[in-house]
Amino acid sequence: MTRLFAAVALALIAALALAGKMDPPAQTGAQLDARLKKLETELRCLVCQNQTLADSNADLADDLRREVRALAVAGKSDDEIRSYLVARYGDFVLYDPPVKPLTWLLWFGPFTLLIGGAAVWWMVLQRRSKMTPKSEPTAEAQSRGRALLDEEND
Amino acid sequence: MKTFRWSIPLALFIILLAFLWVGLGRDPREVPSPLIGKPAPAFRLAKLHAPGETLSNADLKGKVWLLNVWASWCVSCRVEHPLLVELAKSNIVPVYGLDYKDDPEAGRGWLTKNGDPYTASIVDRDGRVGIDYGVYGVPESFLIDKSGVIRYKQIGPITPEALQEKILPLVRELQR
Repeated sequence: MTRLFAAVALALIAALALAGKMDPPAQTGAQLDARLKKLETELRCLVCQNQTLADSNADLADDLRREVRALAVAGKSDDEIRSYLVARYGDFVLYDPPVKPLTWLLWFGPFTLLIGGAAVWWMVLQRRSKMTPKSEPTAEAQSRGRALLDEEND
Repeated sequence: MKTFRWSIPLALFIILLAFLWVGLGRDPREVPSPLIGKPAPAFRLAKLHAPGETLSNADLKGKVWLLNVWASWCVSCRVEHPLLVELAKSNIVPVYGLDYKDDPEAGRGWLTKNGDPYTASIVDRDGRVGIDYGVYGVPESFLIDKSGVIRYKQIGPITPEALQEKILPLVRELQR
């Protein structure tokens, strides 16, 4: 189980690392626009909180978009832009929070719950399949049961 | 074994309940600042009342000071303003104002009308310094120590409770 957990964690970290590396550092034209658009959808607007920087009309979002563009034009990579914002506003600006001890519960909590739930389910199934009736009911008990059922049906 | 069996779900339920309970009491708008414990971002800006002069955070090294981010367009700034005026009168800690994304003329008018608690106010016309300080909701206040490190951040208006229970005790400690 620990091994499975570690494998899942590693896969996640690898996926994240890959996602971070694939951004081409475009600095001009339509490519830059596309790059900024993508970057801005990964960033949170601090004022409206549930909107991305790309979607928000807030004044601060405007300023931050301008700032992000200026940094991109100055040749900063997406990671550098992200860490510029994280240094000022914290991990909360990222819609994709980093894996670190503080966010372990966030990242691994759901999987832990799923695995825990599956384990409990498995245990219950095991116990149920082992359960056997202690002994056949006696003839007397059976006829009494039948009588009760008949009474009910009348 | 019998008691043990139901105590596990009960314990889990209580833990869940505790998380939800704590979550209820927290303000989702209060995002903890990563700047606490870090040196205050550098700035050099023109003073509101003396546009020819500038003020830099470096000028304030060696004293404990409060940086209050405000603006004439900011409605909730009015809520905390009397408290700041009071604080300034008590001379416990100097308050510096950062007039954030504001028209300097409007800013000056606002201070004339509501009282000026600031040792000096500086003008952050385009909000660049605000971004460096991670400002996202005016008013915000930063308590900065003698070595220029941010020690406390108040998001939203300073309440009498926050002033008495957090800011003033910390000021006394840092001034020692």
